[in-house]
Amino acid sequence: MKRLKAVRMERCIGCHCCSLACARLVHQRLSWETAGVRIQSSGGLSTGFQARLCLACDPAPCAQVCPTGAYRQRPGGGVLVKLDLCSRCGACAKACPVAAVTLDETGRPYVCIHCGRCVPFCPHECLALVENRTHQEVSHG
Amino acid sequence: MAESSFRVLMIQLETGESKLIDFGDRAQWLGGSGLAVALYQAYGLPDAPYDDPQQPLIFAIGTLTGYFPLMSKVICGFKSPYHNQYAESHAGGRLALALRFSGCDAVVIRGRAPQPTALGIGTGGAVRLVDVHYLWGEDVFATGKLLRRIFPDDAGHRSMLRIGPAGEKQLGYACINVDTYRHFGRLGAGTVMGSKLLKAIVVGGEAGLQLPGGQAYNKQYAEIHRQVTATNLLQKYHDLGTAENLAPLNAAKALPWRNLQQTSDPAIDGISGETFAAQTLLRQTACAGCPIGCIHIGMLREQFAGDSHFQYREVGYDYEPIFAAGTMLGLTNAGEVLTLLDEVEKLGMDIMSAGVALAWAAEAFSKGVISESETLVPLVFGEVAGFKAAVVHLGTAANEFYRLLGQGTLKAAAAYGGEDYACVLGQEMAGYATGEVFFTAQSLGFRHSHLDAAGYSYDQTQSGKDVEKAVAFLVEDERSRCLLTSCVGCLFARKVYSEPVLAECLQSLGWSEAGGRLDAISREVQQARWRMRLATGYDPRQVPLPRRFSEVKNWKGEIDLPYLQALRGAYAGAIEKLGRPA
Repeated sequence: MKRLKAVRMERCIGCHCCSLACARLVHQRLSWETAGVRIQSSGGLSTGFQARLCLACDPAPCAQVCPTGAYRQRPGGGVLVKLDLCSRCGACAKACPVAAVTLDETGRPYVCIHCGRCVPFCPHECLALVENRTHQEVSHG
Repeated sequence: MAESSFRVLMIQLETGESKLIDFGDRAQWLGGSGLAVALYQAYGLPDAPYDDPQQPLIFAIGTLTGYFPLMSKVICGFKSPYHNQYAESHAGGRLALALRFSGCDAVVIRGRAPQPTALGIGTGGAVRLVDVHYLWGEDVFATGKLLRRIFPDDAGHRSMLRIGPAGEKQLGYACINVDTYRHFGRLGAGTVMGSKLLKAIVVGGEAGLQLPGGQAYNKQYAEIHRQVTATNLLQKYHDLGTAENLAPLNAAKALPWRNLQQTSDPAIDGISGETFAAQTLLRQTACAGCPIGCIHIGMLREQFAGDSHFQYREVGYDYEPIFAAGTMLGLTNAGEVLTLLDEVEKLGMDIMSAGVALAWAAEAFSKGVISESETLVPLVFGEVAGFKAAVVHLGTAANEFYRLLGQGTLKAAAAYGGEDYACVLGQEMAGYATGEVFFTAQSLGFRHSHLDAAGYSYDQTQSGKDVEKAVAFLVEDERSRCLLTSCVGCLFARKVYSEPVLAECLQSLGWSEAGGRLDAISREVQQARWRMRLATGYDPRQVPLPRRFSEVKNWKGEIDLPYLQALRGAYAGAIEKLGRPA
């Protein structure tokens, strides 16, 4: 299974085209926040940018705490999302250790589904779809 | 989606009251330049001075803001302290998208705060006023760092506007710094903030908007994104950036040096775009919503003590700042130019006006018209130390000389002499000694800016001296720019956003009525801006042309003064016609 990874964030120019692409193409929204990948400066624009996105955990803490099955473990890391099951409880966002799940004003969660539709909109190849390493591979370096 | 009216956040600083109102019609004004002038018509005080507390300070985005690439600019409408007439200034950064996601198409700020104040604007137009008397006197960078702690919400996405000491001291050309590297630069919008005791504005919108179903919008977006990234249409803006123009203009003998006493110098190699990139370029960054990344940031590494004690600064550079703080002052070392740019940033001055004003002062100093009793330090072309000290004196209005110079070069020249070599075309000149059409365009143009119309390009590409044709070009080019700056798109994208493309963009979002009358909208916006400019006191026939401009020699030879005067007369007539009451 492939996952989206921020592989070259040192090249990021802060254009937000990835977030806008995710919101537009996956969620049919104009937004830089309700998107699976979000770009933020940290401590002002002179310090560069960081990407907030799902790290494709396996097991995924957000899926583990989801009481309705709206978030289920995705084989190879990350989550499969069934929004119609979501009760808007927000547990997923609280469980994510890297704040990769964001909630909109109605409590609807947004997370990267590793589809890669944002990738062609990054002008500097900061993002890429890569093969996810299994837990075992990670554990053994 | 497809609301016909604009959502405008009205803020009264005296009382702290605010409300969101529905205003105007997109099919009439589009937004940006059009919305700003419509709001000034409704809420401005054309006859009152710029610092009347009830004069509005207006920030407007447009109907396409955020919806397409490079629709990333904001228009500031205000009465300028420089000439006490209606003015516009444009800036990018993150402000346009932050305003879009705050849910406001425009913000109108009126009143004078009871004490130095920072204004916070959040999602849904939520307003918060914070007493920041302790920030008064702080420079732009220190203010930015402290603001991040004062407004912790929306960290990572906020847009931060702030002024420095120059705005507080009421210079004629204090700027508003936007997100560290962008500015509402020209004509003193920062001074208006200062007059309102408004030190800073923090915008932190996070609301999303529903997009239309179907493929039309996504296809249109993808095609425009492809054009601006995969073709070479805009490559130059990311590569060397606007600084790439330094060497060619110098080679064409059209680059102002040493207060326009020269138009070329072999020392260009020390401060060309290529040199800045090779010696200083740290990285590029972008306005939110634009994949180009035209903002070039240089690294200034300085040894501040013996052994290995270094400090570094990150300083934005572009063509115009290098002209104003480099060639005009005879500085031929990239590091020295960055040193000066950094100092001007801290004080919060428009770099072009500050640099050109100091260039005049250096020539006046060399001629003995002024002395150290006025300038406090020696001002000598090529010597950075004096200019660095003078920037602080200028930005803090340290004495009567600097106070006057801070109101505009011609104000100081009127008091001390040297009007013949004040490089002022309505305001301090931009970096183009290209000839008669540019001098006409900037001296009389709406913003007195090289961005009003491409007069500098006309000078370089058209060989004839047809007054009627040149003036028709200026009027038409201004009209087409009015359209883009009402959307609000970056002018770098003007080759991509033709009128049919803009119409398709609007139609893909459901604004078919506006998309169907773009020609009429642009004409109405152009005329409305001129009407307001004239109503606030502008007389294009009274704009002086200092003698220095008729002494210029470039690749075409000497300036043709009769042609220049004929152009100015004809363009003044065209402006009077455009601004005739409806």
